[in-house]
Amino acid sequence: MQVVPPWREPVPRDRTMGEPRARGRFGEYGGRYAPESLVEACRQVDEAFREAWADPGFRGDLARLLAVHAGRPTPLTPARRLSDALGVELYLKREDLTHTGSHKINNVLGQALLATRMGRRRLIAETGAGQHGVATATAAALLGLEATVFMGERDIERQALNVFRMRMLGAEVVPVTTGSRTLKDATSEAMRHWVGATGDSHYCIGSVVGPDPYPWMVREFQRVIGDEARAQCAAELRTGVPDHVVACVGGGSNAAGTFAGFADTSARLVGVEAEGGAGAARGRLGVLHGCRSLFLQDDDGQITQAHSIAAGLDYPGVGPEHAHLRDLGRARYVTVSDDEALGAAVRLARAEGIVPALESAHALAWVIRAAGDGDLPAGSTVLMTLSGRGDKDVSTFKELL
Amino acid sequence: MTNPTLAAGTVERHLRARRATGRGLLMPYVTGGITPGWTDYLPAFAAAGADAIEVGLPFSDPTLDGATIQQAGEAALARGASTRRILSDLSGLPDLGVPLVVSTYYNLVLHDGPEAFCAALRRAGVGGLIVPDLPVHEADELTDVAEAAGIELVLLASPATPQPRLAEISGRSRGFVYAVSLMGTTGERASLAASSAELTERIRRVTDRPVLLGFGISTPDQAREARRHADGVVVGAAVMRRVLDGAGPDDLRAFLATLRQALDQECDRPR
Repeated sequence: MQVVPPWREPVPRDRTMGEPRARGRFGEYGGRYAPESLVEACRQVDEAFREAWADPGFRGDLARLLAVHAGRPTPLTPARRLSDALGVELYLKREDLTHTGSHKINNVLGQALLATRMGRRRLIAETGAGQHGVATATAAALLGLEATVFMGERDIERQALNVFRMRMLGAEVVPVTTGSRTLKDATSEAMRHWVGATGDSHYCIGSVVGPDPYPWMVREFQRVIGDEARAQCAAELRTGVPDHVVACVGGGSNAAGTFAGFADTSARLVGVEAEGGAGAARGRLGVLHGCRSLFLQDDDGQITQAHSIAAGLDYPGVGPEHAHLRDLGRARYVTVSDDEALGAAVRLARAEGIVPALESAHALAWVIRAAGDGDLPAGSTVLMTLSGRGDKDVSTFKELL
Repeated sequence: MTNPTLAAGTVERHLRARRATGRGLLMPYVTGGITPGWTDYLPAFAAAGADAIEVGLPFSDPTLDGATIQQAGEAALARGASTRRILSDLSGLPDLGVPLVVSTYYNLVLHDGPEAFCAALRRAGVGGLIVPDLPVHEADELTDVAEAAGIELVLLASPATPQPRLAEISGRSRGFVYAVSLMGTTGERASLAASSAELTERIRRVTDRPVLLGFGISTPDQAREARRHADGVVVGAAVMRRVLDGAGPDDLRAFLATLRQALDQECDRPR
């Protein structure tokens, strides 16, 4: 058996993903690098979120919506045949089974309730794969709000079904034709739009990015994944706490929510990025979309385009808390290729009867690789968040398989 | 330090001196590297009566810019524009008689680090710096460094800024206070936003620094109206739309002269 790698040292207690430090800082990352016109709006979101999150009434309303509308708690599924083949004990946290088909609904229901509490009548959102857009359109319909979703033209082409779903749910989908015409540009356009709409609209950011308080707030709305999984692991795993906790990372919201449930345990945290969108693994310090974090850039400081088969991982940066966890060594960030992700999706489909989203397939691809090369020691218990289902990717699978 | 004029840097001294003559201030904008001979626009701006010139360093993700400035930035980047090349172009220019103010997003400042960035601005003869995504509460990292390098860091104020924060922004801004006329992105508008008058009045209550009104000011009438409240105007998208449509330095000189004239007419009237 391979020697234990250095990142498997015991975890100090101060790395537990609590509230950010003053001015929204996770280590040196985070902050509120927003145009002056958005600073007051960010402050209002921060104030409203702090009040709501401390209010048992709000927490109760959200828990009820998550249960009766989104279908929580989601199960923990032992991946028996795949585990036998890989020589590890793999458990899947089934966010793919939520209403709308991905973890995005957790955050959106939280923010939509908050928007209602703040007296806003409209949600603004950006979307890459369309999952956050669909979740936003869904929550808006449920709570009687309007929704305007910005989506890159290139993503509109490759995620046509989600575009139709959003429109069917009553949302306005605005094509973004600038830059790389993907998630990064949709986010820029949503921010521009918010500047002119702060009075009646809430910007419902879909990941743990953006100006303070968004990275923290979105992680808190997503920590239901990690909290549920922790209790489920305690009941079902022979180790109680999994040896490894694995999730895919674009901006990093499902990973942040998952990690939050295990940050104070001995579990090793692994974030899996797309090779062409590896902000945490290969980014350098910068500021984009309101926060200081790690971003892919060229030698002149221009943000470079991400490239991934998974539209939801097609983001050239990573949330500030992930950058901090990386610096601390509390989590490590690895990359897998498009081909590895495709292969993993097929393997999960045939071994377990689950077609995963291409994003989630990245996390599995690393598990498969790491089990093969000994990075995951034989017999390890592994919790992997299956962030979404593959329905939206069927046309991509059809084209490439 | 009792006399702010003596304590001020070159940009602010220049603007205060011009303001003292009763003149409405004009700061046109050009995206650096937009055309092969882009620096030819600068003497044309000066000749048209600019009191300062803003040079944009294009960034891949200009989150506060509307379609025109975005398009200009994309075009400049496609031509190979970069911070280094634009500053090198500027450093070869003869003295224009008006201060240069660079504007860009914070990622480009952080890329080389605030110290190296400000030193490079200084070497290129730039006096001021505007960073629209660096609000006052995040500016500590840059303010002292800029001051030490002799770069005046201009802060922006918005119609949404509460009064106590407006006082902080006005106090810490150098060169002038950039009043963002409306809740929106850069770009031409049909009329001057109603929010602009109230904002400039609120800024005036807390500072005697020059106040330049920007965002959406694109016609002589709007400049004239803005001058009733502010010390002057910033004109960006209206310039860049013409540049993108192929207008040369002489065309821009003629356009800016109409704004100059409008500002001069307004200054003859009691304020």
